[in-house]
Amino acid sequence: MSQSLINASLKQLSAALAAKQISSAELTTLFLDRIERFNPTINAFISVDRDKAQAAAQEADARIARGENDPLIGIPLAHKDIFCAEGWLTTCASKILSNFISPYDAHVVTKIKQAGMVVMGKTNMDEFAMGSSNETSYYGPVKNPWNTDCVPGGSSGGSAAAVAARLAPAATGTDTGGSIRQPAALCGLTGLKPTYGVVSRYGMIAFASSLDQGGPMAKSAEDCALLLNAMAGFDERDSTSLNRPADDYTRDLNKSLGGLRIGLPKEFFGAGMDADVCAAVDAALAELKKLGASLVEVSLPNSGLSVPAYYVIAPAEASSNLSRFDGVRYGYRAPEYADLIEMYSKTRAQGFGAEVKRRILIGAYVLSHGYYDAYYLQAQKIRRLIANDFVEAFKHCDLIAGPTTPGVAFAFGAKSGDPVQMYLSDIYTISTNLAGLPGMSLPCGFGGSGAISDMPVGLQLIGNYFDEARMLNAAHQYQQATDWHLRQPTGLE
Amino acid sequence: MSLNLDQVQRIARLARIEISPAEAEQTGAQLNSIFGLIEQMQAVDTSGIVPMAHAQDLSQRLREDVVTETDRREAFQKISPDVEAGLFLVPKVIE
Repeated sequence: MSQSLINASLKQLSAALAAKQISSAELTTLFLDRIERFNPTINAFISVDRDKAQAAAQEADARIARGENDPLIGIPLAHKDIFCAEGWLTTCASKILSNFISPYDAHVVTKIKQAGMVVMGKTNMDEFAMGSSNETSYYGPVKNPWNTDCVPGGSSGGSAAAVAARLAPAATGTDTGGSIRQPAALCGLTGLKPTYGVVSRYGMIAFASSLDQGGPMAKSAEDCALLLNAMAGFDERDSTSLNRPADDYTRDLNKSLGGLRIGLPKEFFGAGMDADVCAAVDAALAELKKLGASLVEVSLPNSGLSVPAYYVIAPAEASSNLSRFDGVRYGYRAPEYADLIEMYSKTRAQGFGAEVKRRILIGAYVLSHGYYDAYYLQAQKIRRLIANDFVEAFKHCDLIAGPTTPGVAFAFGAKSGDPVQMYLSDIYTISTNLAGLPGMSLPCGFGGSGAISDMPVGLQLIGNYFDEARMLNAAHQYQQATDWHLRQPTGLE
Repeated sequence: MSLNLDQVQRIARLARIEISPAEAEQTGAQLNSIFGLIEQMQAVDTSGIVPMAHAQDLSQRLREDVVTETDRREAFQKISPDVEAGLFLVPKVIE
């Protein structure tokens, strides 16, 4: 029973809870026990709160007993530690917030609570979501459950590892340049970054506000659709939240793929992609074709500029957003200082890690007098060119497909010494954030060689604005025909 | 372009991050390799292109000018490193 429950889909868990085959309290205990057993190895969680989780589970059981039938009620979940949750330590994996107990809930946290889900803990991540390997966390790196010598990806690496190791049925993540899709790919999960503005950023600790977007991470497209239904929605406290009628992201899951045109950007299939990733992606495309989709070549001629433009825009916004961490109102304060300026400077020097400091410095520089036009403005113009490329491509196709990452998960330390190499691991995901489009990653095979073999490969789908349901339709149909998403790492039984 | 040590120190000062000379040297080398990547942008002709600040071309919403928040001063000050009589305390700035 417990083995089938830890691998069950959200829909199956919901059915088991509704049929009283198991209570939320029992289900929550099952996952909490797994966290206790395996988290010391995986390090996916920064905090776990059994008491809070059990209280929420009992409340969910009471709601189920009253006949409430919200589709996610009673199902345990983990939040990325970037989401403020009242009464929870909320660290963003930074020393500067290592003592911050949030006095309020993020909109996503409120929505998940309303849906009746049971929050078990907060997941590890790259500090302030700045990283692609989880090696920048103040709480130590997360291990990839498929091979603990490898990174889980980042920045939502803790969420990805928690679900992959079956420590949680699903988790929330955030994606500024690939932080949901890249760890989903590296850990063999399905993860979705919605259209910018679909999920409220209120209470989601800001990194680069014009790019940040929360989204679901789970074992399948169907699970992601259900979780996105709970996370999305207008919120007047986020000035960029979009006031649109509520969507049901499960509505098209069972549609046939007949007539679907999938665009393959030739820039995504050139040099730079490892042969094993290429083979898995090609096989996935052949499967989608078999399911009725047609494949057309498209071009995103400026996509090569997405990494340079991103590393101006994101650090610029970060340097501004992170100026709020000054040791005055909350968080860490340096123990010794002579005056106010020194208090700020020492607090920030001691409180931020090396990668966060680097990005703040880049941002401060590109925004400084005399460099603004050459860097920041030029990057914003290139951002327009990148977005225009997608507008043109979507005249010829309904979805875009390609690899999520150039290679499978890499070993700890392989890229951490060279920031530029690390930044290039997001080469296929960043353009989606710059354009504000929805994107997702789903497992499509395995790759790697030698000591790092049998590691998951991700297929990326990119949709037009507000086309989440269409992406989820293609992903779900693919997952009905294949079983990559059902594979799980061994050694965690 | 290439940043020298003085420039790194200056940016760090602007960003209010204390940085030792040894750190400045290491950080400078890393920043220069990142700027090498960013430099690719300079070759692109962007004349006539309108800068894109945002994914959605929307204007900011306005709301009625009414109080919507409740007073939670106590909860917010409880998490501060140093508070007295309802005020956040910082080192003396005026003699």
